[in-house]
Amino acid sequence: MSNNKNLRRIAVDPVTRVEGHGKITLLLDEQNHVREARFHIVEFRGFEKFIQGRPYWEVPYFVQRLCGICPVSHHLAAAKAVDQLVGVDALTPTSTKLRKLLHFGQTLQSHALHFFHLSSPDLLFGFGSNLEHRNIVGVIEDFPDLALKGVRLRKFGQQVIEVISGKRIHGAATVPGGMNKALTIEERDRLLADINDVLIWAQDAVALNEKIHTEHPENHGFARLNSNYLSMVGADGKLELYHGGLRASRPDGSKIFDQYDYRGYTHIIREEVRSWSYMKFPYLTELGRENGWYRVGPLARINNCDYISTALAEAARKRFVAFGNGGFVHDTLAYHWARMIEVLHSAESIHELLLDPEILGTDLVVKGEKREEGIGVIEAPRGTLFHHYTVNEDGTIKKANLIVSTTSNNQAMNESVRSVANEYLDGNEITEGLLNHLEVAIRAYDPCLSCATHALGKMPLEIELIDAAGEAIDRMSKASNGSIKRTL
Amino acid sequence: MSNKTITIDDIEVPFEEGQTIMDAALAAEIYIPHLCHKPGLSPHGSCKLCTVDVDGRAVSACTLPAAEGQRIDNNTPALNEVRKTITQMLFIEGNHLCPSCEKSGDCTLQAMAYHLGMLDGHFPQFYPQRELDASHPTLVLDRDRCILCELCVRASREYDGKDVFAISGRNTNRQLIVNSATGRLADSDIETDDMAAHICPVGAILIKDHGYEIPIGRRTFDLHSVAESDLGEIKLSNVRHHDE
Ligand code: SF4
Ligand code: FES
Ligand code: NI
Repeated sequence: MSNNKNLRRIAVDPVTRVEGHGKITLLLDEQNHVREARFHIVEFRGFEKFIQGRPYWEVPYFVQRLCGICPVSHHLAAAKAVDQLVGVDALTPTSTKLRKLLHFGQTLQSHALHFFHLSSPDLLFGFGSNLEHRNIVGVIEDFPDLALKGVRLRKFGQQVIEVISGKRIHGAATVPGGMNKALTIEERDRLLADINDVLIWAQDAVALNEKIHTEHPENHGFARLNSNYLSMVGADGKLELYHGGLRASRPDGSKIFDQYDYRGYTHIIREEVRSWSYMKFPYLTELGRENGWYRVGPLARINNCDYISTALAEAARKRFVAFGNGGFVHDTLAYHWARMIEVLHSAESIHELLLDPEILGTDLVVKGEKREEGIGVIEAPRGTLFHHYTVNEDGTIKKANLIVSTTSNNQAMNESVRSVANEYLDGNEITEGLLNHLEVAIRAYDPCLSCATHALGKMPLEIELIDAAGEAIDRMSKASNGSIKRTL
Repeated sequence: MSNKTITIDDIEVPFEEGQTIMDAALAAEIYIPHLCHKPGLSPHGSCKLCTVDVDGRAVSACTLPAAEGQRIDNNTPALNEVRKTITQMLFIEGNHLCPSCEKSGDCTLQAMAYHLGMLDGHFPQFYPQRELDASHPTLVLDRDRCILCELCVRASREYDGKDVFAISGRNTNRQLIVNSATGRLADSDIETDDMAAHICPVGAILIKDHGYEIPIGRRTFDLHSVAESDLGEIKLSNVRHHDE
């Protein structure tokens, strides 16, 4: 690990990150049923314009600023696009492995943070339980051992990131066509020293989530959607987070496309714009606007893949498949379970990579002939992430297009919200119970807005009820400190 | 060796006729913060970071000739506070996006901020609109980061024997221009190996297609403070840990 105490950095950054907050509008019909649910979140609008005219080699660094929690994912997706811009289709084996190591570190820390800090209070105490206690502080009080494991898992992921990129956030790792730093034996050994504990904690995390999900039948139908799924898979259909082909499946598991070269993504995915939302609504071209929406992220990946290359995670996946009787698991709350299977896979993969002699190699950069277009896709913790750039002859960015994971889940989140609202909306009044349940449904997707408010895992949320005449009839909001008030 | 002296923060410092206070201080390994000064190029006196107190008067150390008996305050809390304010102004007058900047860790402005204990920009951002010039095949001029120190202007004139850069405009409209028919870098006679192409303290002039090649932890100011590196104290033994 670098001696970080000595890093002299003033990080002045005048572009402040938008404070993430969510707003849900429920549109009722004449019978006061929820006709439509609209979940609005602040997104990276304007970013694509912002990057125009900037030098292409800056892009992986620029995009780190998109998000406080998954900067590494944006960094890597952009770096893959930049590799193509400099005409490099394959990195050296060492650089590929270093990038994977970085990516697994990121996945591990992001997933661990999400479960232990944001979701475990809901899942351990029940959604309806006392708000005062249903938070990370409550978890620390009642389940100190678990909370500690969560913190340590996350810390290990951060250590991996720090070793590869020099810092926990806003580090520097990639260069066009490769990486800027080899891994030293000393760094590798320091990570290896903790790996056995990490593997145990990761297994515990899977077991806990498996137990929570299988032992609570009421969780199965909650916000469930029989949806399509999109994810990347490896050449032979294995779970793959860094590089592979795209696979989309129908709810019954049949394939819509498979091993699709993501550089052709514009042919298979379209993005619909709706007037009320800054977030676009992507859909699979083949299924059309109405039916083409899909889910991404851990649930999509674990459903979509044929197997997992690491033994412990594969065993966990088999139990997951058995729970779904061999078919896809559509339970929205199973996202948490799938997420922990990926934590285990990440831990095992980090172990494998650290033991691989090639990880210590020093051949790091490949050169090529410049091209005008670059598309980079990875499976970020929250799902498939697309970065697409074209450049001018002088090396500045001509056009950028991003599809972030949360955007892909946009329609699905709205559908889940609608399903939960219909179940828990009583008459035409918003209750605290409704608000809590909606929050739990949204949180299962780990949308990016939680990044900005990860401190105690409480995203500010507002709910508005609109009747058939278009009149707002009730409004309630919850601040990030958990206090709830009626605002209409 | 002359026997004339000045006193900087109670230390007696010898000087030669013709030396500025800055020259004398640097020769005596006393650090006076500076951004627009570079030994070997003519002094410019524009950034005001080197403001010192000479017999009760605030002056620029890089331009004021040393004179027998001057009593100079340099490293005082009050002066460093002024310097911090100046540094904050330099930040907010441009568009400095440190977290994504290639120069982070190698940037003298950032190192100065660190040295002076600056934690934020303090003042509201200007967000100036400035043009990026990527026309040159090997260089890029990113005016967002320019602090108008004119080091490149002087390096081009005094060292490269060219006249590639100049400053034009007034007040907030002041900006770095290129002396070519089109105003573009591609049409000037600057070359990759010119000193002007490498002297910029903040990364407004950068080599194309390169960036982030030096890992964090091994960058100039990761290893040395701005004071150490400006005093040229970087001994070979210290540089070794580059490839440990
Ligand atoms: S480009 Fe750099 S060296 Fe030239 S005036 Fe601006 S800051 Fe100074
Ligand atoms: S160093 Fe003296 S004014 Fe800039
Ligand atoms: Ni994010």
